[in-house]
Amino acid sequence: MSSHYEAPIREPLVLGEKSYHDITMDIVKPIEGKANKNWYIAFGIALTAFLWGVGCILYTIGTGIGVWGLNKNIGWAWDITNFVWWVGIGHAGTLISAVLLLFRQKWRMAINRSAEAMTIFAVFQAGLFPLIHMGRPWNGYWVLPIPNQFGSLWVNFNSPLLWDVFAISTYLSVSLVFWWTGLLPDFAMIRDRAVKPFQKKIYALLSFGWSGRAKDWQRFEEVSLVLAGLATPLVLSVHTIVSMDFATSINPGWHSTIFPPYFVAGAIFSGFAMVQTLLGIMRKVSNLENYITRLHVEYMNIVIIVTGGIVAVAYASEFFIAWYTGSPYENYTYMSVGAATGPYGWAFWSLILFNIAIPQLLWITKVRRSFIWSFIISIAINIGMWFERFDIIAIVLSKGHLPSTWTRFEPTFVDVGVFVGTIGFFFVLFLLYARTFPVIAQAEVKTILKSSGEHYKQLRDGKNEH
Amino acid sequence: MYQFSSKLKIGAIALMVIGLIGIIISFASAPSTEAEAAEILAHQEAAHGAHGEAHATKTIAHDETHEHADKDAHHVDTTHEKHADHHAEEGHDSGHLAHVFHQLQNRPWAAFYVALFFFTFVTVVVFAFLNIQRVAQAGWSIVLFRVMEGISGFLPYVSVIFLAFIVITAFHGNHLFVWMAEGTVDPSSPNFDPIIANKSGWLNVPRWLICSIIYLVGWNVFVYLNRKNSVLQDNASDLKHYYKNYKLGVAFLAFFIFTESMSVWDWIMGLDPHWFSTLFGWYVFATGVVSALTVIAMVTVYLKSKGYLEIVNNSHLHDLAKFMFGFSIFWTYLWFAQFMLIWYADMPEETTYFVQRFDEYKFLFLGMIPLNFILPILMLVNSDFKRIPQIVLGAGTIILIGHYIDVFVMIMPATVGDQWGFGWGEIGSVLFFLGLFIYAVFTTISKAPLIAKGNPFLHESEHFHY
Repeated sequence: MSSHYEAPIREPLVLGEKSYHDITMDIVKPIEGKANKNWYIAFGIALTAFLWGVGCILYTIGTGIGVWGLNKNIGWAWDITNFVWWVGIGHAGTLISAVLLLFRQKWRMAINRSAEAMTIFAVFQAGLFPLIHMGRPWNGYWVLPIPNQFGSLWVNFNSPLLWDVFAISTYLSVSLVFWWTGLLPDFAMIRDRAVKPFQKKIYALLSFGWSGRAKDWQRFEEVSLVLAGLATPLVLSVHTIVSMDFATSINPGWHSTIFPPYFVAGAIFSGFAMVQTLLGIMRKVSNLENYITRLHVEYMNIVIIVTGGIVAVAYASEFFIAWYTGSPYENYTYMSVGAATGPYGWAFWSLILFNIAIPQLLWITKVRRSFIWSFIISIAINIGMWFERFDIIAIVLSKGHLPSTWTRFEPTFVDVGVFVGTIGFFFVLFLLYARTFPVIAQAEVKTILKSSGEHYKQLRDGKNEH
Repeated sequence: MYQFSSKLKIGAIALMVIGLIGIIISFASAPSTEAEAAEILAHQEAAHGAHGEAHATKTIAHDETHEHADKDAHHVDTTHEKHADHHAEEGHDSGHLAHVFHQLQNRPWAAFYVALFFFTFVTVVVFAFLNIQRVAQAGWSIVLFRVMEGISGFLPYVSVIFLAFIVITAFHGNHLFVWMAEGTVDPSSPNFDPIIANKSGWLNVPRWLICSIIYLVGWNVFVYLNRKNSVLQDNASDLKHYYKNYKLGVAFLAFFIFTESMSVWDWIMGLDPHWFSTLFGWYVFATGVVSALTVIAMVTVYLKSKGYLEIVNNSHLHDLAKFMFGFSIFWTYLWFAQFMLIWYADMPEETTYFVQRFDEYKFLFLGMIPLNFILPILMLVNSDFKRIPQIVLGAGTIILIGHYIDVFVMIMPATVGDQWGFGWGEIGSVLFFLGLFIYAVFTTISKAPLIAKGNPFLHESEHFHY
């Protein structure tokens, strides 16, 4: 597809003296080997958190939404915060697989598989929150436009919440297809190596009978491009529509035209931070240091700086225009002097600290190329982006147009429990994935080994200096 | 080396002269007294009256056959009433006449300003795109760098005119910005406007003037330094100048991401000082970036047609056309986001902006959707078409006309109201700046080799086929 020539100035994407077979062995090791103690400990913690979350969810459904910290003014707070946070995290995967594919970025190949897995698992968590918030989740299918004989009223097509249903389910389906398409040759590789008949059977099913013929590859590349073309507008559409849940209202602080692109930038920002967090652990645990290199970490950090910069400009625009409107109500929105000095000041300053101040450290090359610093900063951004959504929702709702209705939101243990539960659920899925799926798109990495592998670059550039 | 042919040079100068004549005629024919304005208005009213009658007879014909007759007749009634009102106003209300007089006086200035802003903004976004390519270490586009540098070479020329324009505006040489009028912030004045007074921290002439100068001078400094380093790198033995330019690129983009939104608030949004939209800065950027890519593609196609840039192949053109296609969708996305959110919330202080455009500029306002969205999509969706220079030129022409209209519809309603048209001033200004653009761009291009041969990624760009 792309040219095979690569400028000597580019750093290698695969380190060490790797052969094609070495790549295979490195990728299948966690799948064919046995899990170590650390994996079981991590899995145990995640499972406990998940079960605690299940308990809290059952308690919510059994008793009612009243067990959350909601009140007469604040009808949604933690649940919608968590929903937006998880959906946002789910943006990096498809951005990496689709947009970076269209931009012919070879470095995506080391991280796209895990980022897409993360996307899908994150969207699962996001989907839970609206479902629980319904109070009667068994009627959840009423969000679909199904005929009235099923006992529901026709859905409201004017509501952005309904658009969410369509946007997120489309996004989930396309992301899933994209992920699986990429997995086919890798599953086939595991199938061909499997010795136990049961394993062979399973991976044969998962690989959809991939044969590795030229025709398979040609279709594989074509369908990847078509899906990338379809998925690129989808990346934008999902958070655009999530932002419209707020922006179509007339609440000061929510009704802002910048919300669609600003939410998308924020989502990519948080998604990349989560990829950075997960891969920071995974490259160590699964011995993938030669594939997820400093260069990959640096590139991801650059994406974080750029999207973080866009978010910063959006905050500045929000702050400025809030003042510029001259409306006194705008002084109580999440981006205003009123918020910075009000009862939610701690949340406001957390947002500024974690989302704006700390990421600026990434301007320093040493920090940007350091694994441990990248990991710490990525966690800071995860926290910061959670606060962004919490601020937008809770601060704005706590001070409405009528001062006598002003009230605050205090989370209960159930609010916290459900959130912790989704984090547990997410890691349960991710840890299972790490043990059963090829976590790096090895078939794709093999295509760039000769152009971007360290060993091959040395052989080539050593011979003919430019 | 490119040779600026005398034929093209004469053509450019001819365009400038014709344009200048048009501009002079437009200024000369603007009314200098209210009496002259009244005369122009009377002419218009006569034409309108005849039109109204024709409309009425048509409606009566409808009456017999059409079920909507009642509605239509009612519509005609109200227009007649309006006309009657108009006549009455003319007799008694000198305020209305003064208003129209100002609009007519503004028109040559506004016509000039539309072209001035469009050409300036597109040029600076071309430079921003060049820096994005540099900072992203793109490999494909190096062979186009000298084209982008050449286009950026237009910025000093147009900036001088822009600077003169803002100084004249700041010293009340024209009345485009209503908030600059006397007494808007003075409570004792009949002109007092409490909303503007509230914003006087931002909307005041010294700040506006200083910021405008900072934007223009800042951008030009970067253009100058970038060009200097780029030419020096051609014959350098090390990559010193390349790294300098890389850092300058980062600095420029950080500077530009803020000044872009701010300049748009100052130069465009300030024309409607009561109105605000947080997205506006980015929306205008979308118009700039799609036009910028189009201009790069068109200049490249022209140079190739003259036998230069033989190293640029249709894969490069394909990539440029993909950006034209993608950013056309991006523009539509932002246009829709802004329009839909304001329409949905239906708050009078926001909808006024679109109401005026819908009432007085309907043809242009709606006409730019096919020009900026539907036609570029249809023409450029096919991947073979993106490689055909003639189709890229055709789609590019449509895109540039569409986005000129977009800028027109941003500036005209606030400055000339319903007194708009395409006369000497509008057409003359476009021709003048087009001539100057051709002159400046091809002069710059002729001053350095067409290939930036010192760039370390050059060979990737030369070998670019896929």
